[in-house]
Amino acid sequence: MKGKYALEGLKVVDFSWVFTGPIVTKYLGDHGAEVIKIESATRPDGTRLMTPFRPGAMGLNASGVFANYNSSKYSININLREPRGKEVVKKLVQRADIVLETFGPGVMTKLKLDYDELKQVKQDIIMLSMTMVGQYGPHSQQPSFGQVLQATNGFVQLLGWPDRPPSLPVAAYTDFIAPWYVLIALMAALDFRRRTGKGQYIDLAMLEASVHLAAPVVMDYTVNGRIQNRMGNRNPGYAPHGVYPCKGEERWVAIAVATDKEWQALCNVMGNPDWAKSPKFDTLLHRTENQDELDKLMGQWTKGYTPEEIMAKLQAVGVAAGVLQTGDDLVDKDPQLKLRQHFVEMDHAEMGKHLTERPPFRLSKTPSEPQRPFPSFGEHTEYVCKEILKMGDAEFAELIGAGVLA
Amino acid sequence: MAKQKEKPAMLARYRVLDLTDDRGAFCGKIMAELGADVVKVERPGGDPSRNVGPFFHDIPDPEKSLSWFAFNQNKRGITLNIETRDGQEIFKRLAQKAEFVIESFKPGYLDKLGLGYSELSKINPRLIMTSITPFGQTGPYSTFNAPDLITMSMAGYTFICGDSDRPPVRFSSDQSYLQSSLQATVGTLIAHYYRELSGEGQYVDVSMQEAMIWTLCYAPHDWYLLKQILHTREGSFWRRLGVTYRLIWPCKDGYVCYRLLMAQPGAEVMNDLIASMNKEGLGEDMKGISWTTLSFTEVPQEKINEWEAEIGKYFLRHTKRELHEEAIRQRNVIQPVNNAKDLYESPQLAARDFWVQIRHPELRTSIAYPGPYFKSTETMWQKGKRAPLIGEHNEQIYLKELKFTREQLAILKKENVI
Repeated sequence: MKGKYALEGLKVVDFSWVFTGPIVTKYLGDHGAEVIKIESATRPDGTRLMTPFRPGAMGLNASGVFANYNSSKYSININLREPRGKEVVKKLVQRADIVLETFGPGVMTKLKLDYDELKQVKQDIIMLSMTMVGQYGPHSQQPSFGQVLQATNGFVQLLGWPDRPPSLPVAAYTDFIAPWYVLIALMAALDFRRRTGKGQYIDLAMLEASVHLAAPVVMDYTVNGRIQNRMGNRNPGYAPHGVYPCKGEERWVAIAVATDKEWQALCNVMGNPDWAKSPKFDTLLHRTENQDELDKLMGQWTKGYTPEEIMAKLQAVGVAAGVLQTGDDLVDKDPQLKLRQHFVEMDHAEMGKHLTERPPFRLSKTPSEPQRPFPSFGEHTEYVCKEILKMGDAEFAELIGAGVLA
Repeated sequence: MAKQKEKPAMLARYRVLDLTDDRGAFCGKIMAELGADVVKVERPGGDPSRNVGPFFHDIPDPEKSLSWFAFNQNKRGITLNIETRDGQEIFKRLAQKAEFVIESFKPGYLDKLGLGYSELSKINPRLIMTSITPFGQTGPYSTFNAPDLITMSMAGYTFICGDSDRPPVRFSSDQSYLQSSLQATVGTLIAHYYRELSGEGQYVDVSMQEAMIWTLCYAPHDWYLLKQILHTREGSFWRRLGVTYRLIWPCKDGYVCYRLLMAQPGAEVMNDLIASMNKEGLGEDMKGISWTTLSFTEVPQEKINEWEAEIGKYFLRHTKRELHEEAIRQRNVIQPVNNAKDLYESPQLAARDFWVQIRHPELRTSIAYPGPYFKSTETMWQKGKRAPLIGEHNEQIYLKELKFTREQLAILKKENVI
């Protein structure tokens, strides 16, 4: 069996909401899996209400970030507190491979839709619960969200200047670590099921996953007792290593020099100014010792050019340099992203034009592409019930009338 | 789930040939902790990323790099000079029987050696080969020299980080290598799923720049929909569409992360925090406010500033641990700004047996590593052994598996092939 898409035939029931979980199911959907996103009339995915909205468009179907993270899905509105709503869920699970949920610990049990319940319906179901810190443990009941969790896992401590309070990543950094771990766990669990016939329940903690991305920092403590701190743009082994001002307002270029050979090439591009010949800067060690002064002098040079000019000049001689790109650079200008078609323009019946992103990997034989734009709130309730679950017209009308479906 | 019994790995012992340096090492490590048999293929003398610090007891030595340990744990290791004819022959023999090859060389390097996907897929059509590079295999930036700072910046991430009166900053720890290795693993396992259905392998081309763009969230959509750049460098604050609120707060022994809660279910916990503040003579004016129904856009910014100033005074009197523990009791969202020590001492991580001790016989010690990030009813995260020494498994692979004789091995050594 072989389709156009890598994950054709895979079926996913998706209770997840807000960024992390939906990114997971977008990836699955964009690779051809059938993803049924369960929302309820009283509880839409909160991302639907997050800015930016398309100007003029309002309501639950106009958010740019929601649109990005929810391509290729069906949206069905089910009241999960209603027993007959649970029955609809179970019918979906019966034909599914994967169930994903990102409620707080215990919510699925309260709803009587936890793994023990769903396993009765589908013996080999793979169910994954993703939470901030895990299903159990002394902090598991604390409410949280990504913006503050990124402080817990150590990343905030590592961003900013050593003489200042830390800086905060604008988007919750942990929210963009967990999705890849969830996808990895799900794909590996599918391999396990293929070989053994067994499903499984997975309790995945965002905190634990994200600590792996700070492993050397943590081990510097567990081994050497050192508590690493943020260090601006310093990076041992490089000098200069920094972000420098350029011509124009808020235009910056990043430059990173690892070797003396690269330093010589940089000096040549700068026209070998007298200051660069100083023994203060002739070796990596000396440049590291005099880095504050070096940064100032570098900045005086970079100010005369646009960041694009400096990137082009330096990359041409093998010196690492890059523009600090902004939204407009990424979306409108970057030729590399254009060539790789990172952003895909989509048209949604209500919202109109919006962007959705491709994963950063390209598979040579199977495409990753949005199958459809994001679903309007509850757009596919009827389609999912009648076409997928083969529910009769009368029953469907009755469940709508009773407020079980919307 | 309490302490885990021994359970099998999620993945079978799939053979992964790992040719990466520090840009891609994390990918193989993730495969290994899920059960794959990852064989690191290093140049004779060892992978240069063994020289990346920090080091065990601060002794710079290719067998003592903590970054190397962290991202090569649970792998085996051989040395092989793939720039020699013999080395290329040997690599092809290994690739013939491998399920995966992961590499992070400059685009085109392996093709030049006759070891690119087009060659390897001829001898093993089921092979999945994954390349991790700063900008992908083709295109105007594909040949760029781009360590972490450059890919972070080209992805738009650096621009939004830092303080408004200083240049933008990156995380003081490489992230784009790790983000792209994670995403590479996703792509590789999706290709694996397809291979098991179709019998066909494929090539996975990963871009670090694009991996980091995935962590941006708002910027591309702010521009596309509003033609605005809404976020620059906001330090401890969050500013968006006319509202500013504080997220990082100094406390007695460091910082906590917290956001004034309004206009949402759960905001009633503000009252408990205010009650605690009242006990210390703070926040008298904040009593009796209906926090759940307030909205950020309706409250004047001066009012938010006033409230934040009052909360700030309370935080300054307490440690991050005190504030966190009180928040857990009150079901509030305050989190400590943790450093490595705080993390290592976290009661939550301890309760889930997160830290694992890995033996390093040569260093006569065990080292605490980050451990399982999931618990499962059927499978478990694989702790495995410490990262390989240089050429540690040459005999296992070359003598036992490829059936070279010791005499042949000696010649290969002399030739600087292994």
